[in-house]
Amino acid sequence: MSSFSGAVTLAVDAPVAVTASGTFSLIWLLIGLPLIGAVILLVGGRRTNAFGHWLGVLASAASFVVAAVLFFAMLAQPLDGRTQRQHLFDWISVGTFKVPADLRLDQLSMTFVLLITGVGTLIHLYSVGYMSHDRDRRKFFGYLNLFVASMLLLVLADNYLLLYVGWEGVGLASYLLIGFWYFKETAAVASKKAFIVNRVGDVGLSLAVMLMFVTFGSVTFDGVLARASQASESQLTWIGLALLLAACGKSAQFPLQSWLLDAMAGPTPVSALIHAATMVTAGVYLIVRSNAIFDAAPTAQTAVIVIGAITLLMGAVIGCAKDDIKKALAGSTMSQIGYMVLAAGLGPVGYAFAIFHLVVHGFFKADMFLGAGSVMHGMNDQVNMRRYGALRTVMVATWLTFGAGYLAIMGIPPFAGFFSKDNIIEAAFSRGILVGLVTVVGAGVTAFYMSRLFVMTFHSTKRWTEDVHPHESPMIMVVPIAILALLSAIGGLVLNWNNAIVSWLEPVTGFQEPELAVSKLGMEGISLVVVLAGAALGWMLYDRRPVPEMAPAGNLLTRAARADLYGDAVNEAVFMRPGQYLTRWLVWFDNRVVDGAVNGVAATIGGLSGRARRLQTGFTRSYALSMLGGAALVAIALVLVRL
Amino acid sequence: MNPNNYLYLSAVLFSIGAVGVLVRRNAIVVFMCIELMLNASNLAFVSFARVWGNLDGQVIAFFVMVVAAAEVVIGLAIVMTIFRTRRSASVDEANLLKY
Amino acid sequence: MSTLFAVVETSGNVGETIVFWVCAFVAVAGALGMVLSHRAVHSALFIAATMMALAVLYVALSAPFLGMAQVVVYTGAVMMLFLFVLMIVGVDSSDSLVETIKGQRLAAIVLGLAFAALLVAAVGSATYQVQGLDAANTVDGGNVQGLAHLIFGRYVLAFEVTSALLITAALGAMVLAHRERHTPRPSQREQSEARVRSGYPQNLPGPGVYARHNAVGTPALLPDGTPTDLSVPEPLRGVSAVVGVDHEDTARVIALAAGRAVGPADEETES
Repeated sequence: MSSFSGAVTLAVDAPVAVTASGTFSLIWLLIGLPLIGAVILLVGGRRTNAFGHWLGVLASAASFVVAAVLFFAMLAQPLDGRTQRQHLFDWISVGTFKVPADLRLDQLSMTFVLLITGVGTLIHLYSVGYMSHDRDRRKFFGYLNLFVASMLLLVLADNYLLLYVGWEGVGLASYLLIGFWYFKETAAVASKKAFIVNRVGDVGLSLAVMLMFVTFGSVTFDGVLARASQASESQLTWIGLALLLAACGKSAQFPLQSWLLDAMAGPTPVSALIHAATMVTAGVYLIVRSNAIFDAAPTAQTAVIVIGAITLLMGAVIGCAKDDIKKALAGSTMSQIGYMVLAAGLGPVGYAFAIFHLVVHGFFKADMFLGAGSVMHGMNDQVNMRRYGALRTVMVATWLTFGAGYLAIMGIPPFAGFFSKDNIIEAAFSRGILVGLVTVVGAGVTAFYMSRLFVMTFHSTKRWTEDVHPHESPMIMVVPIAILALLSAIGGLVLNWNNAIVSWLEPVTGFQEPELAVSKLGMEGISLVVVLAGAALGWMLYDRRPVPEMAPAGNLLTRAARADLYGDAVNEAVFMRPGQYLTRWLVWFDNRVVDGAVNGVAATIGGLSGRARRLQTGFTRSYALSMLGGAALVAIALVLVRL
Repeated sequence: MNPNNYLYLSAVLFSIGAVGVLVRRNAIVVFMCIELMLNASNLAFVSFARVWGNLDGQVIAFFVMVVAAAEVVIGLAIVMTIFRTRRSASVDEANLLKY
Repeated sequence: MSTLFAVVETSGNVGETIVFWVCAFVAVAGALGMVLSHRAVHSALFIAATMMALAVLYVALSAPFLGMAQVVVYTGAVMMLFLFVLMIVGVDSSDSLVETIKGQRLAAIVLGLAFAALLVAAVGSATYQVQGLDAANTVDGGNVQGLAHLIFGRYVLAFEVTSALLITAALGAMVLAHRERHTPRPSQREQSEARVRSGYPQNLPGPGVYARHNAVGTPALLPDGTPTDLSVPEPLRGVSAVVGVDHEDTARVIALAAGRAVGPADEETES
């Protein structure tokens, strides 16, 4: 890693997009194929039950093939021809405000496309086996395809408005998939929660889009990012903070992290695909994509770092306390995305590393989630790790593949996480000692809770419930896990070979060599020592000593971590209760004041009418009296006029 | 003779008739009061005919008589009908059309 | 009659003045009497007097044709119609002069007086030159001819329309007065059965037969000497109390019937 070019490159002078032609005119197919798959599966209904899952796999796989073709075509292009733009149609054209529905394929979106379609296809394949007993498997694949299409639209959009469409599509697909087993109350509630919390983040994105329109008069990437230097810093700060809010919602960053843990109520492939490998990385993508804004707004960048650091530690702490294997992994996801966000907040030093970590995290986290799904598959859908133990003997393949992911996430060389995480730690130290320490401590805690998880599941002693007969999963599930495990093992090494990924992304994200006080090798050594210490602690506590089948009471921190560090409690106290009071007060206000005014007017008129009604006595003579009075008045008027 | 006297008389008769309409409850008497008012106006017409020295006023008075005759016929028929159903000729009893 | 008109018309200012004041007094008195009298019949008679007075005034105002028409149409036809209807409707509680609507009488009188004052003031403030009808009445050879010339000349359309109005009124009156029979007319048998069932199968008593009162409104005496309303026609029953029964007389009759000696009425002492 000593071969970084010393020069600082910023992405401000972003490469000009080339109109897509030739092979690149296939860009739309990336989105189109899974979208067509989703439409067929969801509109076709029960008729597609028989082949639906394979159609879903096919759509995703075809999209991956197209992505691979495009990747190689892009490699063949010179460096300034790699940013391709495909014009689909004019979406909005009002006066000078034009929003074309354009797709943009550059190195950044290419990376995402490959990750989404690649990991997505593997998870599709895995789901064929995992969901084989589900009545609604076809619908599941429809939703998965919809998700893939939305996510691809998100990363391929050439303007923030189209990105917003994909952003919302991802939110919808996530809602549908978390609530896929809607008959379970936890799933139904979790899907609603995810949707609502995401909506809070979406407000941030829509605010950002509006601010961009106000500031730049445009929402396209070219129109905003290339002209970011023209805007004042405060404007950019506000846009950056709004984007950060959006990223927090989608990427489950503090303070919008609460939905991710509950989202584990969805089927495990969903957790793997959406809540580990792809969707939650959308926030990181958004920040990295908007790098020009954040580069020019240091305050917003600092906010990003702070949010990332907080989430990193929160996720790690929560991951230590959870007995539910999926929730422990979800805490780990929060933590790892915290790393990415933190890296993205470091500026050009970290953008490429954030994406690097994102990609390898996609590999090893999908690997581990699918492994967890495989364990659950063999354990009658039990998720409590305290009833696992010693599964390495009955699930050898799962054990091995999970082990690859385990080593990768801890950052044991030469597994993938080592390269990406170490890069981030180095970049963090170049920013400041505190930030660096947070990442190192995070790495140590990560090692501890992952060891805990791994030991409680695969090592230690049997704590199975009586009716459970663990068995290895079918091949269709094992093969995708194996591929992902392979990627977890060697992906980091390959991508980091000769700084491949950094130099690949550099034209889009810019790059700056981290400046280190210690030598690079020393840095790596320190972090490795911390990681090994954390892992050793985990093994000592959970392998050497018996694991109680019932969770011990634990200390204050443990209890807090079990309760998701009181994220829900805070939300309830700060938002839900006051919200309820507010709505109650509004109802009262509406009933009493608004309705009171309306009803009061009505009652007044009614009362007056009631009085006036009394004038209609029904007595002809009373009417005749009024007539005479009227006649007298007319006569008076006549006389006066004459006078 | 000052024709104003005829007009004063007309005015007084008209007012008495009007008050009669307002205070009497027997429909037939009310009708009589109305006839009195018509006659009072007839008197005014005839007086003005003499004042202006043309017969048009008398013609109008004649037409008023004709219309009054028709009105009495219909009015009394209505009184009869109401009396038949309500056993009363009081105008106050026919007060269903009210609040 | 024509001489009478001539007298009235040609008697000059003094004669006209006398005629006016006499007739005006009668007319106002009749009008007030109509409004104030308890009985509708009396009201009808009062207004007949008013109309006669007005007829005379018409003649005095050089309108002899209208004067005659007034007598014929109003006192003849219209008043007869009123009387017929009064006979049918009979005596009614509405004849009472007690006011039932609060404030109505006071308001009516105040408003009537104000209205009269207004009219009088309006008339009093007017100034005009009296032209007289002599010229107009002689153009066509007389008042009737002059009116005929106008009615069948300039006003012929209005005249034709009034004819339509009169026919419509006649038709309307017939429709209103017609009573639709909804049930079959009761047969003689049904009538006699109903009569037996009513508990009073015999004839109703005849009108009272006293030397002093044999009017139809006087109740008859039953054999035991008590008066009964049954002999009085229904429209008059409400006022039977007004047509009083002299209980002294009935007592004497009863005594005579019993064969006791009865002294002269004025010497009779109450026992």
